[in-house]
Amino acid sequence: MSAFFQTNFGIVILTVLESLALIVPLLIGVAYLTYFERRVMGAIQLRRGPNIVGPFGLWQPFADALKMLFKETIIPTGADRLLFIIAPMITFGLAVVAWAVIPVNDHWAIANINVGVLYLFAISSLGVYGIIIAGWASNSKYAFLGALRSAAQMVSYEVSMGFIIVTVLVCVGTLNLNDIVLAQRHLWLAIPLFPLFVIFFISGLAETNRAPFDLAEGESEIVAGFFVEYSAMSFALFFLGEYANMILISGMTTTLFLGGWLSPLPFAPFTLIPGVFWFLFKVLLCLFVFVWVRATLPRLRYDQLMALGWKVFLPISLVYLVAVAGVMEYFGWLPNV
Amino acid sequence: MIANLAFYLFSFILLISAVMVVTSRNPVHAVLFLIVAFVNAAILFLLAGAEFLAFILAIVYVGAVAVLFLFVVMMLDVDFAAWREGFQRYAPVGSLVALVLFAELAIVMAGWTVAPAASYARMFPMPVNETNTVALGSLIYTSYLPLFQLSGIILLVAMIGAIVLTHRDRKRARTQNLAMQHARKPDDTLVMVPAKLNEGVVLPGKEAL
Repeated sequence: MSAFFQTNFGIVILTVLESLALIVPLLIGVAYLTYFERRVMGAIQLRRGPNIVGPFGLWQPFADALKMLFKETIIPTGADRLLFIIAPMITFGLAVVAWAVIPVNDHWAIANINVGVLYLFAISSLGVYGIIIAGWASNSKYAFLGALRSAAQMVSYEVSMGFIIVTVLVCVGTLNLNDIVLAQRHLWLAIPLFPLFVIFFISGLAETNRAPFDLAEGESEIVAGFFVEYSAMSFALFFLGEYANMILISGMTTTLFLGGWLSPLPFAPFTLIPGVFWFLFKVLLCLFVFVWVRATLPRLRYDQLMALGWKVFLPISLVYLVAVAGVMEYFGWLPNV
Repeated sequence: MIANLAFYLFSFILLISAVMVVTSRNPVHAVLFLIVAFVNAAILFLLAGAEFLAFILAIVYVGAVAVLFLFVVMMLDVDFAAWREGFQRYAPVGSLVALVLFAELAIVMAGWTVAPAASYARMFPMPVNETNTVALGSLIYTSYLPLFQLSGIILLVAMIGAIVLTHRDRKRARTQNLAMQHARKPDDTLVMVPAKLNEGVVLPGKEAL
Protein backbone atom coordinates (compact mmCIF):
# COMPACT_ATOMS: atom_id res chain seq x y z
CA MET A 1 0.00 0.00 0.00
CA SER A 2 2.71 2.45 0.93
CA ALA A 3 4.65 1.37 -2.18
CA PHE A 4 1.63 2.36 -4.26
CA PHE A 5 1.71 5.89 -2.83
CA GLN A 6 5.36 6.24 -3.94
CA THR A 7 4.45 5.94 -7.63
CA ASN A 8 3.49 8.96 -9.73
CA PHE A 9 -0.15 7.96 -9.87
CA GLY A 10 -0.17 7.17 -6.17
CA ILE A 11 1.18 10.62 -5.31
CA VAL A 12 -1.61 12.24 -7.32
CA ILE A 13 -4.24 10.14 -5.53
CA LEU A 14 -2.65 10.89 -2.17
CA THR A 15 -2.58 14.64 -2.84
CA VAL A 16 -6.22 14.60 -3.90
CA LEU A 17 -7.17 12.75 -0.71
CA GLU A 18 -5.12 15.15 1.41
CA SER A 19 -6.75 18.12 -0.29
CA LEU A 20 -10.20 16.67 0.35
CA ALA A 21 -9.28 16.07 3.99
CA LEU A 22 -8.47 19.78 4.21
CA ILE A 23 -11.17 21.32 2.00
CA VAL A 24 -14.17 19.47 3.43
CA PRO A 25 -13.52 20.54 7.04
CA LEU A 26 -12.69 24.02 5.74
CA LEU A 27 -16.06 24.31 3.98
CA ILE A 28 -17.90 23.03 7.03
CA GLY A 29 -15.86 25.49 9.06
CA VAL A 30 -16.89 28.31 6.73
CA ALA A 31 -20.55 27.29 7.04
CA TYR A 32 -20.37 27.26 10.82
CA LEU A 33 -18.35 30.47 10.89
CA THR A 34 -21.43 32.26 9.50
CA TYR A 35 -23.48 30.69 12.29
CA PHE A 36 -20.79 31.55 14.86
CA GLU A 37 -20.69 35.14 13.64
CA ARG A 38 -24.45 35.59 13.82
CA ARG A 39 -24.70 34.03 17.28
CA VAL A 40 -21.77 36.02 18.69
CA MET A 41 -23.03 39.27 17.19
CA GLY A 42 -26.46 38.45 18.54
CA ALA A 43 -25.02 37.99 22.02
CA ILE A 44 -23.04 41.24 21.76
CA GLN A 45 -26.11 43.16 20.59
CA LEU A 46 -28.41 41.51 23.16
CA ARG A 47 -30.33 39.52 20.54
CA ARG A 48 -30.72 35.78 20.11
CA GLY A 49 -29.39 35.24 16.60
CA PRO A 50 -30.50 32.22 14.53
CA ASN A 51 -32.05 29.68 16.92
CA ILE A 52 -35.01 28.16 15.07
CA VAL A 53 -33.60 25.72 12.47
CA GLY A 54 -32.52 22.61 14.35
CA PRO A 55 -31.25 22.47 17.94
CA PHE A 56 -29.79 25.90 18.85
CA GLY A 57 -30.23 26.85 15.18
CA LEU A 58 -27.33 24.57 14.25
CA TRP A 59 -28.78 23.67 10.85
CA GLN A 60 -29.13 27.29 9.81
CA PRO A 61 -25.99 27.30 7.57
CA PHE A 62 -27.35 24.36 5.57
CA ALA A 63 -30.75 25.99 5.25
CA ASP A 64 -29.02 29.10 3.91
CA ALA A 65 -26.92 27.06 1.48
CA LEU A 66 -30.02 25.27 0.15
CA LYS A 67 -31.80 28.59 -0.27
CA MET A 68 -28.87 29.95 -2.28
CA LEU A 69 -28.77 26.84 -4.47
CA PHE A 70 -32.40 27.15 -5.50
CA LYS A 71 -32.28 30.84 -6.44
CA GLU A 72 -31.98 32.01 -10.01
CA THR A 73 -28.59 33.16 -11.27
CA ILE A 74 -29.15 36.53 -12.88
CA ILE A 75 -26.63 37.93 -15.35
CA PRO A 76 -27.24 41.64 -15.95
CA THR A 77 -27.50 43.03 -19.48
CA GLY A 78 -24.27 44.51 -20.74
CA ALA A 79 -22.26 42.38 -18.34
CA ASP A 80 -19.17 40.61 -19.56
CA ARG A 81 -20.69 37.14 -19.16
CA LEU A 82 -17.52 35.08 -18.94
CA LEU A 83 -15.71 37.37 -16.51
CA PHE A 84 -18.91 37.84 -14.50
CA ILE A 85 -19.10 34.09 -13.89
CA ILE A 86 -15.36 33.58 -13.41
CA ALA A 87 -14.89 36.34 -10.78
CA PRO A 88 -16.53 34.57 -7.81
CA MET A 89 -14.72 31.36 -8.76
CA ILE A 90 -11.39 33.21 -8.61
CA THR A 91 -12.19 34.64 -5.17
CA PHE A 92 -13.28 31.31 -3.74
CA GLY A 93 -10.58 29.28 -5.50
CA LEU A 94 -7.77 31.48 -4.20
CA ALA A 95 -9.16 31.41 -0.67
CA VAL A 96 -9.03 27.60 -0.72
CA VAL A 97 -5.74 27.19 -2.61
CA ALA A 98 -3.82 29.22 -0.04
CA TRP A 99 -4.48 26.53 2.58
CA ALA A 100 -2.10 24.13 0.81
CA VAL A 101 0.90 25.42 2.74
CA ILE A 102 -0.50 26.16 6.22
CA PRO A 103 0.84 23.60 8.71
CA VAL A 104 -2.03 22.45 10.92
CA ASN A 105 0.33 20.29 12.96
CA ASP A 106 4.02 19.40 12.74
CA HIS A 107 4.52 18.60 9.02
CA TRP A 108 0.77 18.45 8.48
CA ALA A 109 0.66 20.61 5.39
CA ILE A 110 -0.24 19.43 1.90
CA ALA A 111 2.88 21.11 0.55
CA ASN A 112 5.70 21.89 2.95
CA ILE A 113 7.51 24.23 0.58
CA ASN A 114 10.60 26.34 1.21
CA VAL A 115 8.94 29.64 0.39
CA GLY A 116 5.60 29.09 2.14
CA VAL A 117 5.36 32.67 3.37
CA LEU A 118 5.89 34.05 -0.12
CA TYR A 119 3.25 31.66 -1.46
CA LEU A 120 0.72 32.87 1.10
CA PHE A 121 1.56 36.49 0.41
CA ALA A 122 1.31 35.97 -3.36
CA ILE A 123 -2.05 34.23 -3.10
CA SER A 124 -3.48 36.86 -0.77
CA SER A 125 -2.32 39.60 -3.14
CA LEU A 126 -4.08 37.82 -6.01
CA GLY A 127 -7.35 37.92 -4.07
CA VAL A 128 -8.00 41.44 -5.28
CA TYR A 129 -8.61 40.23 -8.84
CA GLY A 130 -11.84 38.43 -8.05
CA ILE A 131 -13.21 41.68 -6.66
CA ILE A 132 -11.97 43.98 -9.44
CA ILE A 133 -13.16 41.65 -12.17
CA ALA A 134 -16.55 41.29 -10.50
CA GLY A 135 -16.92 45.04 -10.22
CA TRP A 136 -15.95 45.69 -13.81
CA ALA A 137 -17.82 42.79 -15.39
CA SER A 138 -21.15 43.64 -13.69
CA ASN A 139 -21.49 46.80 -15.80
CA SER A 140 -22.86 48.70 -12.81
CA LYS A 141 -21.69 51.94 -11.25
CA TYR A 142 -22.02 50.78 -7.66
CA ALA A 143 -20.18 47.54 -8.33
CA PHE A 144 -17.41 49.44 -10.11
CA LEU A 145 -17.04 51.93 -7.25
CA GLY A 146 -16.81 49.08 -4.77
CA ALA A 147 -14.19 47.34 -6.89
CA LEU A 148 -12.05 50.49 -7.16
CA ARG A 149 -12.25 51.07 -3.43
CA SER A 150 -11.30 47.55 -2.57
CA ALA A 151 -8.43 47.47 -5.07
CA ALA A 152 -6.89 50.63 -3.62
CA GLN A 153 -7.46 49.37 -0.09
CA MET A 154 -5.95 45.93 -0.57
CA VAL A 155 -2.88 47.24 -2.39
CA SER A 156 -2.29 49.83 0.37
CA TYR A 157 -2.50 47.43 3.27
CA GLU A 158 -0.42 44.78 1.53
CA VAL A 159 2.61 47.06 1.74
CA SER A 160 2.68 47.22 5.52
CA MET A 161 1.75 43.54 5.72
CA GLY A 162 4.79 42.78 3.57
CA PHE A 163 7.10 44.71 5.88
CA ILE A 164 5.67 42.90 8.91
CA ILE A 165 6.26 39.54 7.25
CA VAL A 166 9.85 40.59 6.46
CA THR A 167 10.35 41.49 10.15
CA VAL A 168 9.12 38.02 11.12
CA LEU A 169 11.52 36.51 8.60
CA VAL A 170 14.40 38.48 10.11
CA CYS A 171 13.52 36.96 13.49
CA VAL A 172 13.13 33.32 12.37
CA GLY A 173 15.53 33.15 9.42
CA THR A 174 13.40 30.91 7.21
CA LEU A 175 10.57 31.17 4.71
CA ASN A 176 9.25 27.71 5.50
CA LEU A 177 6.04 27.93 7.55
CA ASN A 178 6.77 24.71 9.41
CA ASP A 179 10.18 26.04 10.50
CA ILE A 180 8.65 29.42 11.38
CA VAL A 181 6.36 27.71 13.88
CA LEU A 182 9.19 25.56 15.26
CA ALA A 183 11.31 28.70 15.72
CA GLN A 184 8.66 29.93 18.17
CA ARG A 185 9.08 26.97 20.55
CA HIS A 186 10.52 29.13 23.30
CA LEU A 187 8.81 32.44 22.65
CA TRP A 188 5.84 33.24 20.45
CA LEU A 189 6.63 36.11 18.12
CA ALA A 190 3.49 37.92 19.25
CA ILE A 191 5.31 38.81 22.49
CA PRO A 192 8.47 40.56 21.24
CA LEU A 193 6.71 41.91 18.13
CA PHE A 194 3.43 42.81 19.81
CA PRO A 195 2.82 46.11 17.94
CA LEU A 196 3.44 44.35 14.63
CA PHE A 197 1.10 41.54 15.63
CA VAL A 198 -1.67 44.07 16.21
CA ILE A 199 -0.93 45.89 12.94
CA PHE A 200 -0.83 42.60 11.05
CA PHE A 201 -4.22 41.62 12.39
CA ILE A 202 -5.74 45.01 11.54
CA SER A 203 -4.22 44.84 8.05
CA GLY A 204 -5.78 41.40 7.83
CA LEU A 205 -9.17 42.96 8.55
CA ALA A 206 -8.54 45.40 5.70
CA GLU A 207 -7.24 42.67 3.42
CA THR A 208 -10.40 40.61 3.84
CA ASN A 209 -12.67 43.67 3.46
CA ARG A 210 -14.17 43.10 6.88
CA ALA A 211 -15.64 45.71 9.20
CA PRO A 212 -14.49 48.38 10.01
CA PHE A 213 -12.78 48.35 6.60
CA ASP A 214 -15.70 47.00 4.56
CA LEU A 215 -15.94 50.06 2.32
CA ALA A 216 -15.94 47.79 -0.71
CA GLU A 217 -19.44 46.71 0.34
CA GLY A 218 -20.47 49.95 2.04
CA GLU A 219 -24.18 49.15 1.95
CA SER A 220 -25.11 52.61 3.20
CA GLU A 221 -23.47 54.37 0.23
CA ILE A 222 -22.93 51.96 -2.65
CA VAL A 223 -25.65 49.36 -1.96
CA ALA A 224 -23.47 46.26 -1.63
CA GLY A 225 -20.39 47.28 -3.58
CA PHE A 226 -18.75 44.84 -5.93
CA PHE A 227 -21.32 42.07 -5.58
CA VAL A 228 -24.52 44.10 -6.05
CA GLU A 229 -25.38 42.28 -9.26
CA TYR A 230 -24.63 38.80 -8.00
CA SER A 231 -27.28 36.32 -6.95
CA ALA A 232 -27.69 32.65 -6.08
CA MET A 233 -24.57 30.45 -6.23
CA SER A 234 -22.25 33.13 -7.62
CA PHE A 235 -23.14 35.31 -4.62
CA ALA A 236 -22.69 32.31 -2.34
CA LEU A 237 -19.18 31.79 -3.73
CA PHE A 238 -18.24 35.37 -2.85
CA PHE A 239 -19.71 34.85 0.58
CA LEU A 240 -17.83 31.59 1.12
CA GLY A 241 -14.65 33.18 -0.25
CA GLU A 242 -14.88 36.07 2.23
CA TYR A 243 -15.28 33.74 5.19
CA ALA A 244 -12.60 31.35 3.95
CA ASN A 245 -10.30 34.36 3.69
CA MET A 246 -11.11 35.28 7.28
CA ILE A 247 -10.11 31.80 8.41
CA LEU A 248 -6.99 32.04 6.24
CA ILE A 249 -5.89 35.36 7.75
CA SER A 250 -6.50 33.91 11.22
CA GLY A 251 -4.42 30.89 10.22
CA MET A 252 -1.63 33.17 8.97
CA THR A 253 -1.70 35.20 12.18
CA THR A 254 -1.60 31.99 14.20
CA THR A 255 1.29 30.58 12.20
CA LEU A 256 3.39 33.73 12.10
CA PHE A 257 2.78 35.14 15.57
CA LEU A 258 0.91 32.74 17.86
CA GLY A 259 3.12 29.69 17.52
CA GLY A 260 0.92 27.62 15.18
CA TRP A 261 0.17 24.20 16.66
CA LEU A 262 2.45 24.67 19.69
CA SER A 263 0.84 24.55 23.11
CA PRO A 264 0.93 27.82 25.05
CA LEU A 265 2.75 26.26 28.03
CA PRO A 266 5.44 23.67 27.24
CA PHE A 267 4.66 21.11 29.99
CA ALA A 268 2.54 18.05 30.67
CA PRO A 269 -1.21 18.74 30.70
CA PHE A 270 -0.93 21.17 27.80
CA THR A 271 1.44 19.22 25.57
CA LEU A 272 -0.77 16.12 25.80
CA ILE A 273 -3.46 17.86 23.75
CA PRO A 274 -2.78 17.28 20.02
CA GLY A 275 -1.38 20.24 18.09
CA VAL A 276 -4.35 20.35 15.73
CA PHE A 277 -6.60 21.38 18.61
CA TRP A 278 -4.24 24.14 19.69
CA PHE A 279 -4.12 25.38 16.10
CA LEU A 280 -7.91 25.34 15.80
CA PHE A 281 -8.29 27.00 19.18
CA LYS A 282 -5.99 29.86 18.22
CA VAL A 283 -7.71 30.28 14.86
CA LEU A 284 -11.07 30.38 16.62
CA LEU A 285 -9.76 33.02 19.00
CA CYS A 286 -8.69 35.19 16.04
CA LEU A 287 -12.06 34.64 14.37
CA PHE A 288 -13.82 35.70 17.54
CA VAL A 289 -11.85 38.97 17.44
CA PHE A 290 -12.92 39.40 13.79
CA VAL A 291 -16.57 39.15 14.84
CA TRP A 292 -16.07 41.21 17.97
CA VAL A 293 -14.52 44.05 15.95
CA ARG A 294 -17.37 43.91 13.45
CA ALA A 295 -20.00 44.17 16.16
CA THR A 296 -18.20 46.98 17.98
CA LEU A 297 -16.63 49.47 15.57
CA PRO A 298 -18.28 51.79 13.04
CA ARG A 299 -17.03 51.82 9.45
CA LEU A 300 -14.09 54.11 8.67
CA ARG A 301 -14.39 56.98 6.23
CA TYR A 302 -12.41 56.39 3.04
CA ASP A 303 -9.75 59.03 3.68
CA GLN A 304 -9.30 57.74 7.23
CA LEU A 305 -8.76 54.27 5.83
CA MET A 306 -6.06 55.45 3.41
CA ALA A 307 -4.43 57.68 6.03
CA LEU A 308 -4.28 54.77 8.47
CA GLY A 309 -2.66 52.50 5.91
CA TRP A 310 -0.10 54.88 4.43
CA LYS A 311 0.61 57.36 7.21
CA VAL A 312 0.41 55.17 10.32
CA PHE A 313 0.92 51.48 9.57
CA LEU A 314 3.52 51.81 6.81
CA PRO A 315 5.94 54.08 8.77
CA ILE A 316 5.54 52.05 11.97
CA SER A 317 6.19 48.72 10.29
CA LEU A 318 9.12 50.14 8.30
CA VAL A 319 10.79 51.67 11.35
CA TYR A 320 10.12 48.52 13.37
CA LEU A 321 11.76 46.39 10.67
CA VAL A 322 14.91 48.53 10.69
CA ALA A 323 14.95 48.62 14.51
CA VAL A 324 14.49 44.86 14.88
CA ALA A 325 17.17 44.13 12.28
CA GLY A 326 19.54 46.61 13.98
CA VAL A 327 18.98 45.22 17.48
CA MET A 328 19.36 41.62 16.34
CA GLU A 329 22.55 42.43 14.46
CA TYR A 330 24.00 44.38 17.41
CA PHE A 331 23.39 41.60 19.94
CA GLY A 332 24.22 38.83 17.49
CA TRP A 333 20.75 37.28 17.74
CA LEU A 334 20.30 36.87 14.00
CA PRO A 335 19.40 33.25 13.17
CA ASN A 336 21.83 31.19 11.13
CA VAL A 337 20.59 30.25 7.69
CA MET B 1 8.28 13.26 -18.38
CA ILE B 2 5.65 15.02 -16.33
CA ALA B 3 7.95 18.02 -15.87
CA ASN B 4 8.47 18.25 -19.64
CA LEU B 5 4.75 17.98 -20.26
CA ALA B 6 4.09 20.71 -17.70
CA PHE B 7 6.76 22.92 -19.26
CA TYR B 8 5.21 22.65 -22.73
CA LEU B 9 1.69 23.14 -21.39
CA PHE B 10 2.52 26.29 -19.46
CA SER B 11 4.73 27.79 -22.15
CA PHE B 12 1.95 27.15 -24.66
CA ILE B 13 -0.53 29.02 -22.43
CA LEU B 14 2.06 31.75 -21.88
CA LEU B 15 2.58 32.29 -25.61
CA ILE B 16 -1.14 32.17 -26.42
CA SER B 17 -1.97 34.71 -23.73
CA ALA B 18 0.94 36.93 -24.81
CA VAL B 19 -0.51 36.96 -28.32
CA MET B 20 -3.96 37.71 -26.90
CA VAL B 21 -2.57 40.71 -25.00
CA VAL B 22 -1.66 42.33 -28.30
CA THR B 23 -4.65 41.25 -30.35
CA SER B 24 -7.66 41.46 -28.03
CA ARG B 25 -9.97 44.37 -28.81
CA ASN B 26 -11.01 45.09 -25.24
CA PRO B 27 -8.16 46.70 -23.25
CA VAL B 28 -9.38 45.17 -19.98
CA HIS B 29 -9.23 41.71 -21.54
CA ALA B 30 -5.73 42.54 -22.75
CA VAL B 31 -4.60 43.32 -19.19
CA LEU B 32 -6.23 40.14 -17.89
CA PHE B 33 -4.36 38.11 -20.52
CA LEU B 34 -1.19 39.90 -19.43
CA ILE B 35 -1.88 38.66 -15.90
CA VAL B 36 -2.35 35.11 -17.17
CA ALA B 37 0.99 35.47 -18.96
CA PHE B 38 2.68 36.66 -15.74
CA VAL B 39 1.25 33.77 -13.75
CA ASN B 40 2.45 31.27 -16.34
CA ALA B 41 5.91 32.84 -16.40
CA ALA B 42 5.99 32.43 -12.62
CA ILE B 43 5.04 28.77 -13.03
CA LEU B 44 7.88 28.31 -15.55
CA PHE B 45 10.29 29.74 -12.97
CA LEU B 46 8.87 27.27 -10.49
CA LEU B 47 9.46 24.38 -12.91
CA ALA B 48 13.05 25.56 -13.35
CA GLY B 49 13.53 25.32 -9.58
CA ALA B 50 13.67 29.09 -8.98
CA GLU B 51 10.90 29.18 -6.37
CA PHE B 52 11.91 32.52 -4.86
CA LEU B 53 11.89 34.31 -8.21
CA ALA B 54 8.59 32.65 -9.11
CA PHE B 55 6.75 33.97 -6.08
CA ILE B 56 8.42 37.38 -6.20
CA LEU B 57 7.25 37.63 -9.82
CA ALA B 58 3.74 36.73 -8.72
CA ILE B 59 3.77 39.20 -5.81
CA VAL B 60 5.32 42.15 -7.61
CA TYR B 61 3.96 41.88 -11.13
CA VAL B 62 0.63 40.15 -10.63
CA GLY B 63 -0.14 41.44 -7.16
CA ALA B 64 0.88 45.06 -7.58
CA VAL B 65 1.89 46.21 -11.06
CA ALA B 66 -0.93 44.52 -12.96
CA VAL B 67 -3.50 45.70 -10.40
CA LEU B 68 -2.50 49.27 -11.15
CA PHE B 69 -2.61 48.59 -14.91
CA LEU B 70 -6.09 47.16 -14.54
CA PHE B 71 -7.10 50.04 -12.32
CA VAL B 72 -6.03 52.62 -14.91
CA VAL B 73 -7.33 50.78 -17.95
CA MET B 74 -10.76 50.25 -16.37
CA MET B 75 -11.10 53.93 -15.58
CA LEU B 76 -10.07 55.07 -19.06
CA ASP B 77 -13.19 55.72 -21.04
CA VAL B 78 -11.46 55.64 -24.40
CA ASP B 79 -13.01 54.38 -27.59
CA PHE B 80 -10.19 52.12 -28.65
CA ALA B 81 -11.82 51.41 -32.00
CA ALA B 82 -11.35 55.09 -32.86
CA TRP B 83 -7.67 54.79 -32.09
CA ARG B 84 -7.27 52.08 -34.68
CA GLU B 85 -8.56 54.29 -37.47
CA GLY B 86 -5.18 55.97 -37.90
CA PHE B 87 -3.51 52.59 -38.42
CA GLN B 88 -2.73 53.06 -42.12
CA ARG B 89 -1.47 56.59 -41.61
CA TYR B 90 0.99 55.58 -38.89
CA ALA B 91 1.92 52.22 -40.39
CA PRO B 92 5.07 53.48 -42.25
CA VAL B 93 6.47 55.20 -39.14
CA GLY B 94 5.65 52.20 -36.98
CA SER B 95 7.30 49.74 -39.31
CA LEU B 96 10.37 51.99 -39.50
CA VAL B 97 10.69 51.93 -35.70
CA ALA B 98 10.19 48.17 -35.71
CA LEU B 99 12.87 47.79 -38.39
CA VAL B 100 15.39 49.87 -36.42
CA LEU B 101 14.73 47.87 -33.25
CA PHE B 102 15.02 44.60 -35.16
CA ALA B 103 18.31 45.70 -36.74
CA GLU B 104 19.71 46.64 -33.34
CA LEU B 105 18.69 43.28 -31.91
CA ALA B 106 20.25 41.51 -34.87
CA ILE B 107 23.55 43.39 -34.40
CA VAL B 108 23.61 42.53 -30.70
CA MET B 109 22.75 38.89 -31.31
CA ALA B 110 25.37 38.54 -34.06
CA GLY B 111 28.18 39.51 -31.75
CA TRP B 112 26.87 37.35 -28.89
CA THR B 113 29.20 34.80 -27.34
CA VAL B 114 28.40 32.76 -24.29
CA ALA B 115 30.85 33.45 -21.48
CA PRO B 116 33.06 30.40 -20.91
CA ALA B 117 32.31 30.46 -17.17
CA ALA B 118 28.58 30.35 -17.86
CA SER B 119 28.61 26.98 -19.59
CA TYR B 120 30.59 25.60 -16.65
CA ALA B 121 28.08 27.09 -14.18
CA ARG B 122 25.21 25.57 -16.13
CA MET B 123 26.31 22.15 -15.04
CA PHE B 124 25.38 23.17 -11.48
CA PRO B 125 22.10 24.99 -12.02
CA MET B 126 21.13 24.86 -8.37
CA PRO B 127 23.26 25.17 -5.25
CA VAL B 128 23.31 21.76 -3.64
CA ASN B 129 22.90 22.27 0.06
CA GLU B 130 21.02 25.54 0.33
CA THR B 131 17.62 26.81 -0.79
CA ASN B 132 17.74 29.26 -3.63
CA THR B 133 16.38 32.05 -1.41
CA VAL B 134 19.52 31.78 0.71
CA ALA B 135 21.75 31.47 -2.35
CA LEU B 136 20.23 34.51 -4.02
CA GLY B 137 20.37 36.52 -0.80
CA SER B 138 24.02 35.81 -0.13
CA LEU B 139 24.88 36.56 -3.76
CA ILE B 140 23.01 39.88 -3.85
CA TYR B 141 24.04 41.11 -0.42
CA THR B 142 27.72 40.16 -0.59
CA SER B 143 29.03 40.03 -4.17
CA TYR B 144 26.68 42.51 -5.78
CA LEU B 145 25.79 44.81 -2.90
CA PRO B 146 26.78 48.12 -4.58
CA LEU B 147 24.84 47.26 -7.75
CA PHE B 148 21.83 46.18 -5.69
CA GLN B 149 21.86 49.41 -3.69
CA LEU B 150 22.33 51.40 -6.88
CA SER B 151 19.26 49.84 -8.47
CA GLY B 152 17.33 50.63 -5.30
CA ILE B 153 18.37 54.28 -5.52
CA ILE B 154 17.39 54.42 -9.21
CA LEU B 155 13.95 53.12 -8.28
CA LEU B 156 13.71 55.70 -5.50
CA VAL B 157 14.57 58.47 -7.95
CA ALA B 158 11.92 57.19 -10.35
CA MET B 159 9.38 57.11 -7.53
CA ILE B 160 10.17 60.66 -6.44
CA GLY B 161 9.97 61.74 -10.09
CA ALA B 162 6.51 60.21 -10.45
CA ILE B 163 5.32 61.88 -7.25
CA VAL B 164 6.69 65.29 -8.31
CA LEU B 165 5.15 65.03 -11.77
CA THR B 166 1.68 64.16 -10.51
CA HIS B 167 1.67 66.37 -7.45
CA ARG B 168 -0.96 69.07 -7.57
CA ASP B 169 -1.50 71.97 -5.26
CA ARG B 170 -4.44 70.94 -3.14
CA LYS B 171 -4.92 74.20 -1.26
CA ARG B 172 -8.33 74.73 -2.82
CA ALA B 173 -9.57 71.25 -2.10
CA ARG B 174 -11.52 70.75 1.09
CA THR B 175 -9.40 68.34 3.05
CA GLN B 176 -10.18 67.04 6.50
CA ASN B 177 -7.56 67.11 9.20
CA LEU B 178 -7.79 63.73 10.91
CA ALA B 179 -5.66 64.71 13.90
CA MET B 180 -7.92 67.70 14.58
CA GLN B 181 -11.03 65.58 14.20
CA HIS B 182 -9.71 62.96 16.58
CA ALA B 183 -8.65 65.57 19.14
CA ARG B 184 -12.19 66.98 19.37
CA LYS B 185 -13.83 66.39 22.74
CA PRO B 186 -17.52 66.65 23.59
CA ASP B 187 -16.71 69.65 25.81
CA ASP B 188 -15.44 71.64 22.80
CA THR B 189 -18.71 71.50 20.98
CA LEU B 190 -21.43 70.65 23.44
CA VAL B 191 -22.91 72.80 26.17
CA MET B 192 -25.67 71.57 28.42
CA VAL B 193 -28.09 74.37 29.18
CA PRO B 194 -30.93 73.82 31.62
CA ALA B 195 -34.05 75.15 29.91
CA LYS B 196 -36.74 76.63 32.11
CA LEU B 197 -40.36 76.16 31.19
CA ASN B 198 -41.85 78.99 29.04
CA GLU B 199 -38.62 81.04 29.12
CA GLY B 200 -36.51 79.48 26.40
CA VAL B 201 -32.75 79.35 26.35
CA VAL B 202 -30.11 82.03 25.81
CA LEU B 203 -27.03 80.38 24.40
CA PRO B 204 -23.73 81.33 26.05
CA GLY B 205 -21.82 83.62 23.68
CA LYS B 206 -25.02 84.61 21.84
CA GLU B 207 -26.51 86.92 24.48
CA ALA B 208 -26.20 90.03 22.26
CA LEU B 209 -28.59 88.65 19.68
